[in-house]
Amino acid sequence: MKKKNKKSYLSWYLLSAVVLTYLFLFLFAPDLFNRAALQFLKLLKKMIPVLAGVFLLIFVINLYLKPKKIVRHLGQESGFKGILLATVAGVISTGPIYVWYPLLADLREKGMINSLITIFLYNRAVKIPLLPMMIYYFGISFTVTLTVLMILFAGINGWAVEKITGRKVL
Amino acid sequence: MKNGNRKKTGRQTDVPEMSEVRLALEKTGNNIFQSVPVILSVLLLISLVLTLIPAAAVEKLFTGNRFLDPLIGSIAGSISSGTPLTSYIIGGELQRQGISLPAVTAFIVSWVTVGIVQFPAEALTLGKKFATVRNLLAFVSSILIAILTLLILE
Repeated sequence: MKKKNKKSYLSWYLLSAVVLTYLFLFLFAPDLFNRAALQFLKLLKKMIPVLAGVFLLIFVINLYLKPKKIVRHLGQESGFKGILLATVAGVISTGPIYVWYPLLADLREKGMINSLITIFLYNRAVKIPLLPMMIYYFGISFTVTLTVLMILFAGINGWAVEKITGRKVL
Repeated sequence: MKNGNRKKTGRQTDVPEMSEVRLALEKTGNNIFQSVPVILSVLLLISLVLTLIPAAAVEKLFTGNRFLDPLIGSIAGSISSGTPLTSYIIGGELQRQGISLPAVTAFIVSWVTVGIVQFPAEALTLGKKFATVRNLLAFVSSILIAILTLLILE
């Protein structure tokens, strides 16, 4: 496994700080600690099977889908095919948003238009592996409605950004 | 299909090679390594907040207004950053405490689509005008999506 950078451990520092807070409560406010810990265990128990499904889907997507390969086609594409590719690439893309900026800037140099960049960035809100979590909290009707609306609004945003900024801007 | 890394079996199905499986496992492992502590921290903090602050007090933060609630949710989502999974947990638990669906919807949509924290990086690489217009439109869209979702589900 690759050597992890400092940033990878930030989340563990956060967890350590929260655990220390609980330790402080355990020592100085045991009643509050008991109630909060009980609430946490209740939430965690419900969350574990959902998280197992989420990580399984992430593995399947990592194995079969290669968003970077699809995004590379967007340098030349436009029209309906471009919109479709930008949507699919946005939906299956992973990792923090800022790691995609340099690649998108590079592709714009090669011809990728602003509407497709916007559609790609907006569709990152649609996360297939996280759908079980959304269904768990909000139900299937909400999940379907929101997913469809987000894909539609990705297109509307792409069109509007291009109308306002032009095809390419720096 | 142009695919140098995948074997074709006799039945013409794509079978990922071991190296691809290992790579996918490694990527998923990294994802778990980074997500699990965040999820545990969020659950621990939410448990503490839910214990400390009564549901009635949280409800008072939101008016029940169809336009104002999504606006508050969208502002909260825009200034937040991190994996969308966190926004679902926070949004879902807040909704269980009585916060309106439009507020929670705007919160989870703007969490990913609007990036105040990432704005300098986006402006630097993709242009200030593009980043400003895109983020403003995404902000307005999160409110519209929240209102539309409620209208459709009602």
